[in-house]
Amino acid sequence: MATQKYIAFADIPAWLEELSAAQTVYAPRREGKAVVYRPWQKGEQPELVERPTESAKHIVFPRAEELFRFNYQQAPETGGSKKLSLAEPADPAPAVVFAALPCDTRGFLFFDPVYSGSGTNGKFQDIYYLKRRACTTLITRTCRAPLATCFCNWTGGGPANREGADVLSTDVEGGLFLEALTEKGEAVLKSAALSPATEAHISAAQSSRDKAARSMGDAPDLGRTPPALISLFENLDFWREQSAGCLSCGACTYLCPTCYCFNITDESNGISGVRLRSWDACMFALFTLEASGHNPRNGRAARLRNRVGHKFSYYPGLHEGRFSCCGCGRCIKSCPSSIDIRRIVQNALAATEASRG
Amino acid sequence: MSLHTELQTAIKAILPDVSCVIGWSGGPDALRGAPLFMRSEDDVNNFSGGFFAVNNPALYLPEYKGSKVAVVAKGCDSRSIGQLLAEKLINREEIHIIGFPCQGVIDNAKVVAALAGKVEAGQVTAVEETDETIELSFPDQTISLKKTDVMADKCSRCLYPNALISDTFVGEKREPAITEDPYADLAAFEALPLEERQAFWEKEMSRCIRCYACRNACPLCVCRDHCAAESRNPEWVTQADGVREKLFFQIIHASHLAGRCTGCGECQRACPMGIPVLLLKRSLSRRTEELFAYRAGVDAEATPPLLTFTLEEPRIQEREW
Repeated sequence: MATQKYIAFADIPAWLEELSAAQTVYAPRREGKAVVYRPWQKGEQPELVERPTESAKHIVFPRAEELFRFNYQQAPETGGSKKLSLAEPADPAPAVVFAALPCDTRGFLFFDPVYSGSGTNGKFQDIYYLKRRACTTLITRTCRAPLATCFCNWTGGGPANREGADVLSTDVEGGLFLEALTEKGEAVLKSAALSPATEAHISAAQSSRDKAARSMGDAPDLGRTPPALISLFENLDFWREQSAGCLSCGACTYLCPTCYCFNITDESNGISGVRLRSWDACMFALFTLEASGHNPRNGRAARLRNRVGHKFSYYPGLHEGRFSCCGCGRCIKSCPSSIDIRRIVQNALAATEASRG
Repeated sequence: MSLHTELQTAIKAILPDVSCVIGWSGGPDALRGAPLFMRSEDDVNNFSGGFFAVNNPALYLPEYKGSKVAVVAKGCDSRSIGQLLAEKLINREEIHIIGFPCQGVIDNAKVVAALAGKVEAGQVTAVEETDETIELSFPDQTISLKKTDVMADKCSRCLYPNALISDTFVGEKREPAITEDPYADLAAFEALPLEERQAFWEKEMSRCIRCYACRNACPLCVCRDHCAAESRNPEWVTQADGVREKLFFQIIHASHLAGRCTGCGECQRACPMGIPVLLLKRSLSRRTEELFAYRAGVDAEATPPLLTFTLEEPRIQEREW
């Protein structure tokens, strides 16, 4: 049976200190208005009231990642032509994310098929992503109550979702009930800082999870969303209306646990440099800008259409009907213009229902 | 008639003459508003001004150039409009401005701070507004906050609560929040040693995710899709995820805004990571006001000092050094 443990809130720093010996532990920390995942510092009590502003995505998929370093040398033996040498980066260090949100850990499930090359029978695998994913342990914490912007249950998740997590922790009186879900999870629960869970903890955790699930309200049926978005593809008036307030910034995309687009640039300094893979966002003007100067997604309306369409139509078309949205609501909560992806999806459904008569 | 009803009446009156009226509605939670683009009377029924009317509608005006639009403007919004006019980025005859006396707007970051350790602001289910307070309902409790405690800083140092330029002005004009120097609060920060200020910015900028919400929320950021930060050829700013690059961009942004920034604060409000980027701009604004005797956005007829050239600036002593 999977290991079940308990830890009092006050003992969390001792546990994280023990885990820090062998890996980098990331835990939520309040910094001003924002709550961010930071490498845990000795003695620090993680922020456990306000949910993190950013997702834990960057720990597995860094904002800018070195793919390799390059260096040109003048080589006399080749007649003065330049000799190129490449250096691979070191393997990533193992990491633990403490108190990830259930929606965040589920978010990685939408990365996985894309980055493990599922569309090419595994021929094109992203080794950078897969290495980090393999050495990262995700300790999820059941959400207590939803924010007004939360909608994880609309897209198949829930406040006590276990998918993608290695440990699920759930608030019980005075502390956390911890259950291992994977081998990586078992490893982090082998700690003297933890005590065995009692029957009381087990039933309290169950009632916390039930309460959280009930607090989510009813989810609308989004089953017709993929064809609805396809049928609205050329209806730019619809998309102009939805995007009227959009700033075309990358806040939604960069806070999103499932947005995985990137750019590759050579950052060179004379004869040496680094090839970087960095986050990109379909809300930016340069995204899909072609060498000719043409951009098939010209303007905000077409960009927002891509973001919504990708999550609720194109991705499900390629990946067994699953929406690539985990419903964390960060794109809504942090949008400077209060764009609400839930409303866009519902407006799309309403618009196509109306035209079907 | 309440100010709200008066504004709705004024909006409905202009609606037939314009392609849309830009204002505000409620947002995705009870503590947040949203920009609203009104084209029908039904849309006007969703209008909601007041304490949650945070977004600066002037941001959207340049894209409507060529058609007539109306805009509901707070005092600070009207300064952005004034600056856009001064820089000839919009045409006066294409804009109908509905001004009103603003009582200040919410700073959601302050609500988060006021509730820190107690409850998440985002769990709010309803908000009741009185003249002095907002009463926030949460699933297990109700919390009352004084408006003055969660009001944007720009409002507590506001010199222009009434729209400075308008075609229709609704309501009774208000007195400014202060009469003294609006930059007085900068002194304490600027008195810090250079190393401390550097450390401050390095810490703050380390949260930057490079979403460029600050830039895209700025009504005076005119390069729009042609920003130096994203230029690939030449590549001015690298894609490396470092504080140096992030701060470098903020300095580019602030420099481009020198003598143009009206202090609307949208850059800082838009930042999802809560980085106080307005501070850099205000520091430059104070200097340009001192040097050129020009306050951005206050006079739509004036020529912005950095967009022109004069042989002798009245406040710069070039000859006697």
